[in-house]
Order: sequence, then C-alpha cells, then structure tokens
Amino acid sequence: MQLRKNIATSEDGFLFNPSTGDSWSANSMAAEWFAWLKEGRSREEIMDLITEKYEVERSRVELDWEDLMKQLQEARLLQS
Amino acid sequence: MDRPLTIAVTGLNAIDSPGPGVAVIRALREGLPAPLRIIGLSYEALEPGIYLHDIVDRSYQIPYPSAGAEVLRARLAYIHDREQIDLVIPNFDAELPNFIRISEMLRAMGIASFLPTPEQFEARDKINLNTFCRAHGFDVPDDRVIHRADELVSCGEAFGYPLVVKGRYYEATVAYTLEQAQKAFYALSGKWGLPIIVQQFIKGTEINIAVLGDGKGDALSVVPMRKLYITDKGKAWAGVTLEDDDLVAAGRKFAKASKWRSGCELEIMRTDDGKLFIMEINPRFPAWIYLTAAAGQNQPAALARLALGITVTPFGPYQSGKVFIRYAWDHIIDISEFQRMSGFGEG
Repeated sequence: MQLRKNIATSEDGFLFNPSTGDSWSANSMAAEWFAWLKEGRSREEIMDLITEKYEVERSRVELDWEDLMKQLQEARLLQS
Repeated sequence: MDRPLTIAVTGLNAIDSPGPGVAVIRALREGLPAPLRIIGLSYEALEPGIYLHDIVDRSYQIPYPSAGAEVLRARLAYIHDREQIDLVIPNFDAELPNFIRISEMLRAMGIASFLPTPEQFEARDKINLNTFCRAHGFDVPDDRVIHRADELVSCGEAFGYPLVVKGRYYEATVAYTLEQAQKAFYALSGKWGLPIIVQQFIKGTEINIAVLGDGKGDALSVVPMRKLYITDKGKAWAGVTLEDDDLVAAGRKFAKASKWRSGCELEIMRTDDGKLFIMEINPRFPAWIYLTAAAGQNQPAALARLALGITVTPFGPYQSGKVFIRYAWDHIIDISEFQRMSGFGEG
C-alpha cells in the first residue's frame, strides 16, 4: 500500500491532503513510516527497519502497521 | 503615463461579513507596478477600508444601488473629475447591474472596467442557476423560486427536510421544519425582497473556487479553497488552497460555458461520492481573493491588466496548502476624519 502521491508529509508527522484540505498530526514513529512510504518502500522493508531500529517484536509491529493502514484507508490517503 | 495608475474599488466593508474590496486592493498593490493610487468607493461612512490609508488613498461615498444607474454615473463623473480614474472594480452583487449598465458611458469618460455582460450576469443569478447548470451539464440542487410563504409546503414535500431557504441577493438558512422555513422566508424576504429561492439540501464538503474568465471562454486562473473556520454567518475566517483536477476543471468549464468576463466565485458542495454540485455563483471576486495572489495567481492584478487592454496569459500552477487566517484589529482614527466622510461624503 502506498500513500497517494499528492499527500504532503513533514518530518514531524504532519499530513496534508491538498485535494480535500484535511490535515492530521501523527507521532514521530508514524512520521518515519510516512517518510518510508513516500520513498516507495514495501511493507516488508518497513517492518524490517522498525524491528531493527526499535528492537520490538515483529508481531507487534505488524499489529501497529495494520492499525495505521486502516486509519489511512479511512482517511482516503492511500492509493486505490 | 506621467501620473499614477488610479483604480477605484468598492466593497471596503472589511467587517465580520466582509466585502472583497480591501483584499482586492491588497492584491492590486502587490501585483501592479507602483505608483498606484486607490480610490475607495463606499456606501457607509464606517466602512473600515476608508480609513486604512496604506490601502486606500482617498474615498468617496457613492449612492446605494436603489438610486439607479444615472445617479451612480453622475457621482462617478464628479469623482472622475477630481481623481482621473483609469479603472473601476465593483465588488458587490447588488451594485453590479448599475455598473454594467453604465460601463460604456464610463469607458467614454476614460474609465475602464472588466465586467460580465448583462446576459452572463443574469444566467448565473440564483433564480436562473438551475436552468443554466442543467443546460451546461453541471450538477445542481433542485430548487424552486417562490413568492408566497404557503408555497413552502409543496417545497417541503418535493425536497424533504432539511432544505435551504435563500434570500434574493444574500444569506441562506438551512431549515429543518416547515416552521423554520416560514421564519426564514419572512426574515429573508423582509431584508432582501422577493422572490425567495428554496433549494434542495446537499450534504457534503463546501468548497469555493475563485475564477477569472477572459470573456472569450477561457479561465486565466482557477483557485479552489476550502473553508477551515466559518463564522456564524457562514463566512470563511480561515481557508486553505486545494489541489484537485476536478475542481479546476469545474472552474474552466464554467468559464467556457458562460464566457465569463470578470472574476467570480463558484460555491461548490462536494458529496461523499465525489459529485460537485454548484450551489451558487457569485458574480465578483470573493472576500478571500488575496489568497489567490498568495498562492501565485494574482487574479485582481490580472483583471486590472485585462481591463486596461494588456494581454494576460493563463497562469501556471498555484500553491496548494496556502492558508489565510482573517483577523480583527481595532483601527484608531480621529472623529474629524469620520466627520468628513459622513458629512461631506469624501475624505
């Protein structure tokens, strides 16, 4: 899954959808995920980066990933 | 030219439900070469723009639209004698018919303008909006033009509740019951006269689009904006520019369909399934028009150039994510300044 191309993100976790004018604030870890998503990294790559960087169990990261994707989907920020 | 370009502008009421004049002037000052002389044309002595001297150089009161076109022409001739106006930019819906009517006379006097034709002005009128939109393939809410309060009953049966009760020129109320609709009918007809327009309620996100049409079917600039903060009168107190091909296409389509010659504002409701309903088309710049300049498409300056016969090419991209936040400011003047305006009609 990829963020829609026109979604603006900032390093501190701010997202802006220029098509609707909606904006969101996310925490620093989500901000990192957004940056990696914008770089076009795959789900697996992002999982690897998170588990390595934060030394957390992969199952926990997967749960957080699914939760974040659900929120992004609801906010229509993902490419269809 | 050995004297400053002189532009007369109306709509100086920078209040909670603001006229566009101050924003138009701000954009003109930013987008046109100095020196620039701005003549404010006001209806009331307490329109704040009159007293903002870094915005307006000199102001004159003009007669209310109900006085008619000839009285307006005579007043503008008086002002022109003193100020040598090159261009006039009217900014109120209600004054536009008179300005349109005398535009050729003004041109003969040496005052340029860039206004819609009477036919264009009428086509987008609230009363004709539905017909215009359907003829040109725009989505538009169903509506009825009524003259009596008892006609609200059949409107309610046709549209269901809530429905929108709209004044002839300004203001609208969302009514959830027949009683609320009747109350709105009497309030709005008392203020703005008859008829009243009753419109089907459309649920969605409100978006406004500023369009500058060249009068030949092209839009030189289209800038969509979503309100982020709304006053109790439904006016934008903050807003952000949007980037959306469908919205820009709607603005271009309107310019093509109407051959609009001037600035205007499309009020759009975008439904959850992405349909763009045209709720209203205002025949002049909106009060948030400075945002177009901030986003890279200075519509008022481009209109001034068009009016003066200077070729204007369509703008390139504008910046999305540009936000305006309006603010209130207690401006201090001496009572003598107010006295000059209220007593002599100029100052």
